Amino acid sequence: MKWLGWALIAGSLLLPPLLAGDFYINLGSQILIAAIFALSLNLLVGFGGMTSLGHASYLGVAAYISALLTSKYGFGQGAAALVSISGTVAMAGFFGVIALRATGLGFLMITLALSQVLWGLAYRMSDITNGDNGIAGLTRPAPFGISLDGPVSFYWFVLIVATFAFLMMAVFVTSAFGSSLKGVRDQPRRMAALGFNPWLIRWITFVYAGFWGGVSGLLYIYYHRYIHPTSLSTTSSAEALLAVIAGGSGTLGGPVAGAALVLLLKNYASAYVERWNMLLGLVFLFIVLVMPSGIVPGVSRLVTKLRGASR
Amino acid sequence: MKTPASDHALEVVNLKKAFGGLTVTQDVSIAVQPGERRLIIGPNGAGKTTLFNQISGDLRPSSGLIRLFGTDITYLPPYKRAHLGLSRTYQIITLFADDTLQHNVTLGLLGLQATRWQMWRPISPYSNLAAEARKTLDAVGLLHLAAHPISDIAYGERRRVELAVALAQKPRLLLLDEPLAGLSDMERAAVKSLIAAIPRETTVIMIEHDMDTALDLAETVTLLNYGRVIVDGDRDAVIADQRTREVYLGT
Repeated sequence: MKWLGWALIAGSLLLPPLLAGDFYINLGSQILIAAIFALSLNLLVGFGGMTSLGHASYLGVAAYISALLTSKYGFGQGAAALVSISGTVAMAGFFGVIALRATGLGFLMITLALSQVLWGLAYRMSDITNGDNGIAGLTRPAPFGISLDGPVSFYWFVLIVATFAFLMMAVFVTSAFGSSLKGVRDQPRRMAALGFNPWLIRWITFVYAGFWGGVSGLLYIYYHRYIHPTSLSTTSSAEALLAVIAGGSGTLGGPVAGAALVLLLKNYASAYVERWNMLLGLVFLFIVLVMPSGIVPGVSRLVTKLRGASR
Repeated sequence: MKTPASDHALEVVNLKKAFGGLTVTQDVSIAVQPGERRLIIGPNGAGKTTLFNQISGDLRPSSGLIRLFGTDITYLPPYKRAHLGLSRTYQIITLFADDTLQHNVTLGLLGLQATRWQMWRPISPYSNLAAEARKTLDAVGLLHLAAHPISDIAYGERRRVELAVALAQKPRLLLLDEPLAGLSDMERAAVKSLIAAIPRETTVIMIEHDMDTALDLAETVTLLNYGRVIVDGDRDAVIADQRTREVYLGT
């Protein structure tokens, strides 16, 4: 039975560029980008017990830095990517120091406030960011001279990055450090008494999540070739949080499934249903009622149950 | 002549702790020798656990001094105290319920090792750490349950895991907060022999209400009441003391 699951996953990742039309290939790229973003948020929410409502900051700032450097300041794509990621990580380090003064609801409010500041800046500093008009006319990089302008080549590029990101984050949460992180999530007092520094563990995770948030932001700007302050908005953060919770927070597959769900609804259902947000709300409500721990844990429990019944 | 501070495993000097107007630790001074078995007794609300929480760093004292093997730890964060050789258990069992027994003990071991920062490779179930964890579980008689999650095992067994997590660290000073609470007679006997088997390199301070069991383990006793040390000294002397009878044992 297990090979069937793996075959399904491999098939759904490898087949689209061979079989599907451009619309679906592009949708696939978007899902993978959103999956990296949701996975990075899940490091905080699911594995660290730090519910952030400002994770779009890292996606948005990485995207804005790359957009500005390449379009206004004549940077090459490689240098822009490097500056963008380092800048985002530095920002995560700084924001982490502020936000981790609190836990729980306090943490959530600080992350929300910080992301609102950035969103406001992107809107108001229009001489730099173009404000509400956003920055358009961007280009995609061409790593090793390979053009990524076509949907298929771009999909492969994103798939490689996403696979690497997934593996890196999977190793992170199963490592000794990941065990410490989960321990600090469940019993911070005990962990401190055992010799772990809860603050530092949380901060490192915060920065690491910011790093992968930045990577997803780069891919985001490469894909859209356009950036608007909306990318930094609370809606954007909340959408990712929704994906994490709906898919199953604290699991590795959950955020991927959640990201796929949100983007399918957004891009596919919106063609037929005008108020796709309402549909998303209903679907989310359904998931919370039927599978409170999320799609991935819910479905795997269902499969175990069915197998037990068939025996 | 004043004895040098480093002679003591633990030295608490004029410790005070107040929550607003309520003083829960009033001018407490105790000194524990290396290898000593100290029992702390007192009625409910005497400030026993509050004293432990200040020694382990969960609570900041209002004033006073705490020395661990001569090092001033009064304002040190809890994790640094752990690295100086302090370990504790909790009155309310504080374990990782979804994780296996082995993982719980492994966390205890990991806390003192540099490998806890390792993030580029999965934690291995075959490492030295795991072997060490299994050894500790064997010592508390729970090796056969190593792969079970905490939520699967009985309360009495959890008490022993609670102890195993602390023992795995090979602490120089171990604080036991009611290690026998809620146990049946048979489980009590089992935990008692575990505590009795703790090597002398570990100094033990224990809060316990079960006098029959605890007195056998203790060499010295401190009686607290309303946040003050009432009597302090050798076991038999403290038990024979008139004040102990009045405050705690009843006549």
